[in-house]
Amino acid sequence: MFKFFFKRLLVLVPVFFGVTLVAFGFIRALPGDPIEVLAGERGVSPERHAELMAQLGLDKPLWQQYLSYVGDVLQGDLGTSLITNRPVAEEFFELFPATAELAICAMLFAIIIGIPAGIVAAVKRGTLVDQGIMSLSLAGYSMPIFWWGLLLIILFSNTLNLTPVSGRLSFLFEVEPVTGFMLIDSLLSDEKGAFKSALHHLVLPTIVLGTIPLAVIARQTRSAMLEVLSEDYVRTAKAKGLSPLRVISVHALRNAMITVVTVIGLQVAVLLAGAILTETIFSWPGIGKWIIFSVFSRDYYAVQGGLLLIAACVMVVNLIVDLLYGLINPRIVH
Amino acid sequence: MALLEITNLTVEFATAHGSLRAVDRVSLSLDAGDIVAIVGESGSGKSVAMLALMGLLPWTATITADRMSFDGKDLLTMNPKQRRAIIGKDISMIFQEPMTSLNPCFNVEYQISEVLAQHFGGKRRSYKPRVIELLKKVGIPAPETRLKAYPHQLSGGMSQRVMIAMMIACEPKLLIADEPTTALDVTIQAQILELLVELQKANGMALVLITHDMAVVAETADRVVVQYAGQQVEQRSVIELFNNPRHPYTEALLSALPEYAKEKTLNAIPGVVPGQLDRPVGCLFNPRCEYAQDLCRQQPPQKSEGVLCHYPLPLKAGSNSHTEVIL
Ligand SMILES: Nc1ncnc2c1ncn2[C@@H]1O[C@H](COP(=O)(O)OP(=O)(O)OP(=O)(O)O)[C@@H](O)[C@H]1O
Ligand SMILES: [Mg+2]
Repeated sequence: MFKFFFKRLLVLVPVFFGVTLVAFGFIRALPGDPIEVLAGERGVSPERHAELMAQLGLDKPLWQQYLSYVGDVLQGDLGTSLITNRPVAEEFFELFPATAELAICAMLFAIIIGIPAGIVAAVKRGTLVDQGIMSLSLAGYSMPIFWWGLLLIILFSNTLNLTPVSGRLSFLFEVEPVTGFMLIDSLLSDEKGAFKSALHHLVLPTIVLGTIPLAVIARQTRSAMLEVLSEDYVRTAKAKGLSPLRVISVHALRNAMITVVTVIGLQVAVLLAGAILTETIFSWPGIGKWIIFSVFSRDYYAVQGGLLLIAACVMVVNLIVDLLYGLINPRIVH
Repeated sequence: MALLEITNLTVEFATAHGSLRAVDRVSLSLDAGDIVAIVGESGSGKSVAMLALMGLLPWTATITADRMSFDGKDLLTMNPKQRRAIIGKDISMIFQEPMTSLNPCFNVEYQISEVLAQHFGGKRRSYKPRVIELLKKVGIPAPETRLKAYPHQLSGGMSQRVMIAMMIACEPKLLIADEPTTALDVTIQAQILELLVELQKANGMALVLITHDMAVVAETADRVVVQYAGQQVEQRSVIELFNNPRHPYTEALLSALPEYAKEKTLNAIPGVVPGQLDRPVGCLFNPRCEYAQDLCRQQPPQKSEGVLCHYPLPLKAGSNSHTEVIL
């Protein structure tokens, strides 16, 4: 166990430099800089521009900037937003629960529908049911998020008037942030109907964000189940006189989950990338929207810090997945 | 009344090249306490016939039979639920590959107690003492320490013992062992066979032993069914069959044994079992048969005196009595 963690920590070193380098390079590779963007159409004189850049330390050679940035990060300082003047970490963690809530709901949505759909497709292999599920999942997989979001908004919000279009909660309610998770906070508050409103706001973004992972999970569950169902131990389970339900949901599924859990872990990164678009479509006040805003305003520190923290989230989730993997698969001993 | 009665069991698989007849009019009758061996080369339909009895064939298989009954119950008309109440309890089966036949995700105790809970009800955990007893019975040392072991922590022989414990847990009336030792070391093979016969005697159950190995047949079985390309070519008592094989294929199988070799070299049968696409006209064995005549190449033979052959080998004088088996 200790060795396992130590190995994982060692892997962090190259990942850390990789992520910081990419984030650092990417935002500077974009045309324009924070001062120009702030000045906007009014423009700024070259002298004033140089003066402000020097103030921000952005006039130094790139390698110096990078080194001092990495030095700060290693001391736990992610820098200060150039736009809001607040510490990047503080902004991030303020917005993070909104994204986490959305991502968790989307993932649950994908898992709760994707796994049973994959199982049914595998068990009914070759039938219309299987073909139907697989076609839908292919469609879901190839659905552009933006288009899918707009389609759902037009259908459910504009035409049927069932769901709100943006935000996390109706303006009628005032909920005190305790956990940052609106579903929980609205339950804790005594505002009647707040929970329902939060739920309503969450439905469409959850579907939009969860669709691609749902499609991937359904397909992977199907293929993992197909493989497992032809294994000798499944025949043994049948030979014991167990019911088909038990054979499938205990003996086969447990083995299929070994692959599916890995796939779910990999989908976390996909989900966070998708969150950026989804949050933009639904004006969801999370880090996705914040990162986009920071990129457009060339807020170097916000972008660098944000990407680094997102990478950290992905790594933590992957670590959890690995531990889970060990629980499911007795052949792995950490 | 016989414990198991199968008459003219036929199994056909739907395949990409049309239908494949893997088992062709096989009959078998078994009383409590019988040991019957089914022998034949790879692909002769031994496993498929027994899987059909268990109801474990995939949906591509079409099973027909004039009669298939167990313990007075008709297996042909029974619904899947009624069948499942018998499978694993009164009829159970152990397989060729012990290492892959146990579920890698569950420990020994789980997998054995599961079958007990399935057929006798109650909580899985309440069967722990019974599981220990079973493990002891199949010769696993220090069974208490093996309860929590996973299949990957067991050797092949150990896995097969666990498999046997699982399949005799409900004290079946009939145990089918499908090449239970093929995947194991020679020394372990003997131990496992010994164990099976021991258990068979102790529980008085009937045993169907599928094997390629004529030596195993001689040591363990009372009666032998010789199967070729899905057909039963000969079915007789072990003593008779070894002393006086009547079907040329049986003779060829026996002459592959060192003790029976006519010359100094081992006699392997030339050629292979015909597949779906190269089925010969007439007797299925004729291309490989050293006695084949024109009739054999034209007409399929009918069964007579328990032998499926146009020209059965002659009866030796006095060989129907109990002469010594050479092995
Ligand atoms: N699920 C299946 N679909 C199609 N054909 C099958 C299937 N299972 C078995 N067969 C075919 O049926 C025939 C008999 O196979 P079977 O496994 O019964 O042979 P066997 O006598 O048990 O051989 P072995 O000694 O190798 O175990 C083979 O030709 C095999 O290819
Ligand atoms: Mg076989």
